[in-house]
Amino acid sequence: MDFNFTEEQGMLRDSLAKMIRDQYDFENRRKVVASADGWRKDMWMQFAELGLMMAPFSEEDGGLGGGPIDAMVVMEEFGKGLVVEPYVPSVVCGGGFIKRGTDAQKEEYLTGIMSGETIFAFAYAEPRGRYNLADLETTAKKDGEGFVINGHKAVVIGAPWATHLIVTARTSGGRRDANGVTVFVVEKTAPGVSTRDYPTVDGRRASEVYFENVAVGPEAVIGEVDNGLPLIELVSDEAIAALCAEACGAMKVAHEMTVEYSRQRKQFGTPIGKFQVLQHRMVDMFMEYEQSVSMTYMATLKLGDDEVTRKKAASAAKVRIGQGGRFVGQQSIQIHGGMGMTDELAVGHYFKRLTMIDSEFGNVDHHLKRYTDLSAADVPVAAE
Amino acid sequence: MNLEFTPEEIEFRKEVRAFIEENYPKELAGAGTREDLSREQFLAWHKVLGKKGWSVPAWPEKYGGTGWTSTQKYIWGEENARIDAIMPLPFGVSMVGPVIYTFGNEEQKAKHLPGIRSGDVWWCQGYSEPGAGSDLASVKTTAVRDGDHYVINGQKTWTTLAQHADWGFFLCRTDPNAKAQEGISFILVDMKTPGIEVRPIKLIDGTHEVNETWLTDVRVPVENLVGEENKGWTYAKFLLAHERSGIAGVARSKRGIERLRDIATKETVDGTPLIETPEFSRKISQLEIDLTALEFTELRTLASEAAGKGPGPESSILKVKGTEVQQRLTELTLEAVNHYGAPYAYGMEATGNGAGIGPDYADYAAETYFNMRKTSIYGGSNEIQRNIITKMILGL
Repeated sequence: MDFNFTEEQGMLRDSLAKMIRDQYDFENRRKVVASADGWRKDMWMQFAELGLMMAPFSEEDGGLGGGPIDAMVVMEEFGKGLVVEPYVPSVVCGGGFIKRGTDAQKEEYLTGIMSGETIFAFAYAEPRGRYNLADLETTAKKDGEGFVINGHKAVVIGAPWATHLIVTARTSGGRRDANGVTVFVVEKTAPGVSTRDYPTVDGRRASEVYFENVAVGPEAVIGEVDNGLPLIELVSDEAIAALCAEACGAMKVAHEMTVEYSRQRKQFGTPIGKFQVLQHRMVDMFMEYEQSVSMTYMATLKLGDDEVTRKKAASAAKVRIGQGGRFVGQQSIQIHGGMGMTDELAVGHYFKRLTMIDSEFGNVDHHLKRYTDLSAADVPVAAE
Repeated sequence: MNLEFTPEEIEFRKEVRAFIEENYPKELAGAGTREDLSREQFLAWHKVLGKKGWSVPAWPEKYGGTGWTSTQKYIWGEENARIDAIMPLPFGVSMVGPVIYTFGNEEQKAKHLPGIRSGDVWWCQGYSEPGAGSDLASVKTTAVRDGDHYVINGQKTWTTLAQHADWGFFLCRTDPNAKAQEGISFILVDMKTPGIEVRPIKLIDGTHEVNETWLTDVRVPVENLVGEENKGWTYAKFLLAHERSGIAGVARSKRGIERLRDIATKETVDGTPLIETPEFSRKISQLEIDLTALEFTELRTLASEAAGKGPGPESSILKVKGTEVQQRLTELTLEAVNHYGAPYAYGMEATGNGAGIGPDYADYAAETYFNMRKTSIYGGSNEIQRNIITKMILGL
């Protein structure tokens, strides 16, 4: 067992932290979020130049071999800076699917993902699917060698900026069957794809994506036809680990801001940080943060384990981070008082991001149930 | 970063498991969660470990520690919890032992450390007083110098298992005019010294686990002072940090959850195993998730301790979260056994009945739940731990 970061990971963290500090301060971010595009392509390309996109991929695939731990380091810093650029949709999800695709698919897309030029969004959610990854009304019907996709994907984060979409669709079976799910890569400019783009409450951009008789060839299928669910679950668990890291970064800053505010703010002639009831609240926030870090490490380090272990670890982390993030977010606002309610202060924006992380890839209730169902099927075996 | 055990560590696990299986006293199998044990029962495993050289794994090697890595210590804890072993009590091994080898003189080390290692000498902790609980630094028990003796007068309370103790370590006020923290000394006392009276306190679960300890003109040789006179508070705090670091009880709680799952499989609701009801199964899941968070927080803490830092204020997190998990575990176990939580096992002496009524797994469920309420109070209450984090980590 080893909980140390490598020297390279330390350097990655330091240089990324510096870049965000220098170019991504809160006022800058506010302007970018309010701009027409809602992000900075030039920033994204600088992230790519720093090697962030290459970091998690294997050397064989042309990456730096850092794996999920590098993605964790990146996302923790993104969380601290409330970075809106689509690392999880494009690198963790898009890259996660493509690197498990055919040689031809890797050839076509991986270089672009790593250079920042190709940008993916992951269209998995649907208006009525809630968090069930197999509950799909979007269909892909066999048509000669290829498929024709019809359906509506909900709240596809980063889609307005994307060049490509990863789309989950039903190719056979009933609406919620585990079998019959297939993963496709679709160009966003493909005929029949339309989007309705909008801002999200936490400063990002998303789209409702509509597919109307979108024809794709057999080369668009990632993994096996009808048997895409295990791959979708795997990539989603990787996205969960990355989001947990982002939440840890956001919790850390929200907590530090709150402690600092309690030092400055005086009421009844004394800094409110001297009041024990607030001190203990801030300690509870700190403990939630620390435990969230522990769970993020745990889930990240178990991504390569057997399927049940990996899924339980990801769900356990998502439950704990959902609960911790809600507590830290809410109490940050509470202790800031009226100022916490203002758009002017950054703390409210951390609260909003933490709130939204819970609803991505399954909330607390969803993952508590998933964990419970997996436990029922999993008879614990003592370590050998 | 990785979670893998090395081949050496896997081999180590085999070795300690085999040793435990061969040497753990058969008649005490599964007794580690009981509170009503005799002195001999408490010490049986400690004595075996003392002979093997494994009774004080956390100590520096020159004082008899095993030199195990933090991972090996983690494995050791897991393997003992696997059979609910009765582990060496903390008073000597994790409390006074580290104080003596860190702050004591050579004579004290030579005199006291061997008995702690072997399990031949039982220690008790003379910290709390009726008027000094969370405000520990307000201790009033006095030690007044008289030639080459201290004369100790006062009353200590919550002296855990002092009824068995050979020696005790006491916080006494040696300078009545100094500020609260500054006039305290750390003194070792032979419990057979005239003037010491230990009176039992019966707790809500029916056990006699703690005592009042009265000291009247107890004459203790000055060589029993540890470190410097009036510097005892420093040693007291050092000891508390050590006490907290083992207090998380992760391995034991893991075993407890296994037991709880087993109970919830046997209990039924409308013909369905309790564990298959969404209400109860999710309570277990939440507890297990919280325990996982605690476990990895402890592993991170151990890793940073191994990197050279001693137990720091982070150990307060382990104390708070560890005791919350332990308490929740006993709470859910009592919920799981339903009606059969009521028969009073420790009441057998009075009525001749209690244990053995209902399923075996229901024995002591309520008693253990009652008893475990102590955990958020002792070792510095969980509120005091929050004060420590406030000061030491948040800097407020």
